[in-house]
Amino acid sequence: MTAASLPVTSPAGEPILTRAGWAVKNTWVLCRRSIARIAREPEQLSDVTIQPVIFVLLFTYVFGSAIHLPGGGSYHQYLISGMFGMAMAGTAPGTAVGLTADMSTGLIDRFRSLPIARSAVLAGRTLADLATQLLGIVVLTGTGLAVGWRIHNGIGDALAALALSLLFAFAMTWAGACAGMLLRSPESAQALGFVVFLPLSFVSNAFVPTQGMPGWLRDFANWNPISALAAACRRLFGGSPAINIHAWPMQHPELAVLAWSAALIAVFAPTAVYLYRRKVLR
Amino acid sequence: MAGHDVVTEAGQVRRYIGLTGQHAALDESLTGRANLVMVGQLCRLSKREARKRAGELLEQFDLAGAADRGVKTYSGGMRRRLDLATSLVARPSILFLDEPTTGLDLPSRMVTWDAVRVLAATGTAVLLTTQQLDEADQLADRIAVVDRGRVIAEGTSAQLKTKVGGERVQLTVAPESDLTAARAVLERHTDGLPQVDPAERTVEAPVVNGARRMPDIVRDLDAAGVLLDDLGIRRPSLDDVFLTLTGHAAQSEPPGHAPGRPAGQPKELV
Repeated sequence: MTAASLPVTSPAGEPILTRAGWAVKNTWVLCRRSIARIAREPEQLSDVTIQPVIFVLLFTYVFGSAIHLPGGGSYHQYLISGMFGMAMAGTAPGTAVGLTADMSTGLIDRFRSLPIARSAVLAGRTLADLATQLLGIVVLTGTGLAVGWRIHNGIGDALAALALSLLFAFAMTWAGACAGMLLRSPESAQALGFVVFLPLSFVSNAFVPTQGMPGWLRDFANWNPISALAAACRRLFGGSPAINIHAWPMQHPELAVLAWSAALIAVFAPTAVYLYRRKVLR
Repeated sequence: MAGHDVVTEAGQVRRYIGLTGQHAALDESLTGRANLVMVGQLCRLSKREARKRAGELLEQFDLAGAADRGVKTYSGGMRRRLDLATSLVARPSILFLDEPTTGLDLPSRMVTWDAVRVLAATGTAVLLTTQQLDEADQLADRIAVVDRGRVIAEGTSAQLKTKVGGERVQLTVAPESDLTAARAVLERHTDGLPQVDPAERTVEAPVVNGARRMPDIVRDLDAAGVLLDDLGIRRPSLDDVFLTLTGHAAQSEPPGHAPGRPAGQPKELV
């Protein structure tokens, strides 16, 4: 390996950058590629565009009418923050599907033969998925406003909720990247999303208050990171009566989101890169 | 490889190699041009250079007309050509091609072969694996025959062919004529025991300087009243080499074994 201070001359007379500089540039090129893909196949976006709208409408007008909130308050105000929790967690299966698709077409093999930073393929994908999720947030906010959801606190709190959401989404993309490295096909990644991600979203406070759940399930739901993000968004957007739950993440939801995100990134980012490298060496 | 250790300096090695696998490794939803530009940029070309290089390669591989269409709409041959172009973006000094023409139509195969010839002639070491022995014969300077994961012979095409002997005279005898008479004539004029295939009605025998002995053979066959459907001198093909060396036909994936296939190598590896 050449040290950063010793750039190699190439026949094309490449620009001289440090290794870290190239890693960033590779990541950027790959990230743009993932986004350019979406521009050509907008149906790939249905996960972040159509799905949240359907969930909001379903829960606001169908299930919501039967859900009683212990502290009172309107259900749609409660729901949209829960949807933030579900949607941000939903980046994980998206990332896994994208990576398995690239592996099944052999594109990852192509990348492996190129002189690019090991982390760039994964980082490019996770950043692109994060950008996609930003669009998801716009759609979700728009749908929320349409059904009567409002931001009650200041813009600062709302931006904090947004920042926490994106941080959590980014953490979840790395969990998805790990899954993508372990799975064989986009179909199995999709199935994993259905088997893991969907139940995980429902066993949380995203759609219904946890008080009515059986004890063991309630503990799980209260410690579920999706619940933490939903609770944090509820506090920051305001307009939802406080629900007093003893579990620590429900007492300090913002801190809980930070802690969960840090933990997820610390575990899954290096693991994903390790799994990618192992695939390369195999 | 290229003066670098493949284990400890893998990153450096990647800068000198190009790789084309059996299956096209492309982004289906991007255009052909976008695929090439992306790889160019990943190979550290500036955006402008990457675009220029993409244009050159699209031209060379006869893809200029389809450059701005999604790869999804490409035919199998176009995909493979684009895939090969992709591995040439960074002008690698060593190129690995894994069965680059398997399943290709003739025009695509010609474009691919031309590209390989040009690369080899301009100093790129090309390591090519193929099941089509004819392809190795046409392209390779040096050939290694691999059977069940082992190199069983190595050398130029001519060297390998001498291993199985030289020319053979081959007759196809008309149905109304006598095979044994034909066999007797060949036995007199050739240099080994003739082999008879009654089902195909062929008789063949190894011969030295076959062209010079042909008139005698034809005269005697005529004198013996043997009518022929076909007559020729056959030089051994690499198929014969493979069959002689291995005792079995080339197999794609013998169960439990590495693929048996010859590998051609138009230039010496660095």
